[in-house]
Amino acid sequence: MLNQTNNNLIVSASPHIRDMESIPKIMWGVVLSLIPAGIAGVFVFGYYCFYVVFLSCITAVVTEIFILSLRKLPVLNTIKDGSAVVTGILLAYTLPPGVPWYVPVVGSFFAIAIVKHAFGGLGNNIWNPALASRAFLQVAYPVIINSDWRTLEQHGAGKLFHNIAKVDADGKLVDAITRATPLAKEAGADMYNFAQLFVGNIPGCIGETSAIALLLGGAYLIYKRYIKWYVPACYIATVFIMVLILPSKAETAWAKNPFYHIFAGGLLLGAFFMATDMVTTPLTKKGLIIFAAGAGMLTVLIRFYSGYPEGVCYAILLMNTATPLIDRFTKPRLYGAKLRKGTECKKG
Amino acid sequence: MSFVKSGLKYRTFAGGIHPLDDGKALTRNKREITAPLPKTVYLFMSQHIGAPAKPLVKKGDIVRKGQLIGELQGFISANVHASISGKVVDVTPLPLPTTGVKSPAVIIERTEEDLWVDGANVISDIDSISPGEIRKCIQSAGIVGLGGATFPTHVKLSPPKDKIIDTVVMNGAECEPYLTCDYHLMLDKPQEIILGLKLAMKCIGCKKAHIGIESNKEDVYRLFKNILADESDIKVDLMEVKYPQGAEHQLIKALLDREFKPTQLPLEVGAVVINVGTAFAIYEAVKFRRPLIQRLVTVTGDGVENPQNFMVRLGTPVKQLLEEAKISTNISKVIFGGPMMGIAQSNLDTAVTVKGTGGILVLKGAKQWESHACIRCGRCIDSCPYGLNPSELSITCEAKEFALALENNVMECKECGCCTYVCPAKRPIVHLIKFAKAEIAKQTAQRTVQSQQK
Repeated sequence: MLNQTNNNLIVSASPHIRDMESIPKIMWGVVLSLIPAGIAGVFVFGYYCFYVVFLSCITAVVTEIFILSLRKLPVLNTIKDGSAVVTGILLAYTLPPGVPWYVPVVGSFFAIAIVKHAFGGLGNNIWNPALASRAFLQVAYPVIINSDWRTLEQHGAGKLFHNIAKVDADGKLVDAITRATPLAKEAGADMYNFAQLFVGNIPGCIGETSAIALLLGGAYLIYKRYIKWYVPACYIATVFIMVLILPSKAETAWAKNPFYHIFAGGLLLGAFFMATDMVTTPLTKKGLIIFAAGAGMLTVLIRFYSGYPEGVCYAILLMNTATPLIDRFTKPRLYGAKLRKGTECKKG
Repeated sequence: MSFVKSGLKYRTFAGGIHPLDDGKALTRNKREITAPLPKTVYLFMSQHIGAPAKPLVKKGDIVRKGQLIGELQGFISANVHASISGKVVDVTPLPLPTTGVKSPAVIIERTEEDLWVDGANVISDIDSISPGEIRKCIQSAGIVGLGGATFPTHVKLSPPKDKIIDTVVMNGAECEPYLTCDYHLMLDKPQEIILGLKLAMKCIGCKKAHIGIESNKEDVYRLFKNILADESDIKVDLMEVKYPQGAEHQLIKALLDREFKPTQLPLEVGAVVINVGTAFAIYEAVKFRRPLIQRLVTVTGDGVENPQNFMVRLGTPVKQLLEEAKISTNISKVIFGGPMMGIAQSNLDTAVTVKGTGGILVLKGAKQWESHACIRCGRCIDSCPYGLNPSELSITCEAKEFALALENNVMECKECGCCTYVCPAKRPIVHLIKFAKAEIAKQTAQRTVQSQQK
């Protein structure tokens, strides 16, 4: 009876069933949720934006393949998980619509090769690759990132699929005017109305202008539980409160309007898609709330008191840096362990 | 903690998981059937936590059903009885289906009529019985926790003098996916289970009891509620359908709202937990002096065509049960217990049922998942019912940083598997934690040996 007849059984540690969610599902879900913002970008700024996003993604994937083969890691399976594509899209969305072709290429390469893989690849990077690369581009190409932005007035806002990338023989943009985002201090007195802000019919980066598209994508991610609702909620609420209570140096009409701060810059893109990046944010609910509140505060501080009109990028990067520290101080409480000496915790 | 759904108050705990398809539908309507008597049984001397029993028989002996063949050794140990009448063919070490470690087993071939041994199967009075006698009956019947942990019940019912037990908690949650044997036992034998519970209460000398039943077994809840309509000391409550609702910590949290550390025992908070199967076994042992020689086993999964709840004699070869349930040809995994904490078997030929076997799960096309780096999504932390950080533990255990793992309470992990179930990176977190625990135990043992040599 005790002879060997069936030895094809799989033996593994418990549990023997797993949830359906996986890294590829999450990453491609994020890609899906980013599509509305991309469509809005193309709609508002013209189809050149599509090339920027496409170029950025291709570079990200090619760089990932290159680095993975250098590191002698499985290439195909890692590419399939979609994390490089997410980085590519997110980086492109933070770039001005009329950016020269080499900027997304250099940026994507930097994001994947340096920010992601130099620190150990997916799961081990300290900073959000797209944001760190955007910060790098801001230093590397300050003129392009800060100045060569296009406004809608000059290019027939609302006209479908117009090509705004009119460049001259030197590859320089023609008719570029120095206005990056409605938040830029030079913006002067003119203020966009909320319908414009909501639809995204305003100057800004490719993927950040359309509030409705970003909210749609964010809602999808929350519904799928890929992001936690309280992160964007806490981030946006903190910005709202900080704008109300802090005195601003600027005398423009928008400077003290919290709604303007929420809809006019990169805050929605940052709050829903960057501050919710799993790898570079804390693990616990408590930690995430601290992270979001800290990012919100830094955003307003930078917008109000620094030379940059946009604070989201640096705010999130700074909080990314603080993530290990936050994690250390927000460890989950061991079940049944005493909260403080002498006080037994009875309520969970 | 509790929340209200469809007018009924459901009790529960923080964390945990619930699979979309819990597989219980396969056997939900399969009433108990008695498995055919096995030709041969393999009775391990170690079917419980604690010291193995000492074999009392040798090759060639004739034994009868219910005869003591393994005597408990030391305080934490349990008796083993013959589950069929026949001839002892051999007493030899065989690999345990739970751990794979070789342990002595008595092999009995059925040659005699299936009759009880003298002294067993006699009706006795349970109204006037003393607590000491109850304990003696339980001890001699070899009863262990039938929920799966197999802790000797007579030890559990003898709490230290300084611990005051005010409530006996009975586990009718059956939170493991796929298993329905407790459900059917509760459906068929509610009176007996409650009498068994009362005997356990009397044995400890505590007045109150609390029964927790998951809300997917509302029929059982109504049944118990009716029987206990006049008893104010025994409460019955519905609990949310969530794994691991039936684990001691989560059960006590849901029913009594008391917390204690994962490594602590329920008696720290004045409670003792028994499973419904154990309560039934207590009743059988005290009322009829029947030792524990059989139990209900759910044989289920997509690898069997006819999933069933079998009443099985202990030591029955699993192959026989699987043939009875019409096993498919292309199975890939056979699991002792449920899918969350069950143990995958490497060899069907040596696998036999033991006291803790509540289910045999047969899977076709079982998946093997490729593990990725942790993406720090935090799902494991949200699902951990014990407040651990499985993400960090899996990384430290993988890197063999055992000191760091110890600092992060690796020893407090109960290996319930929630973290591994939810992990989108498919990291084998429980596996890594088990590995680290074993390594830490090994290192501690070595250190003790070294310090003794000095």
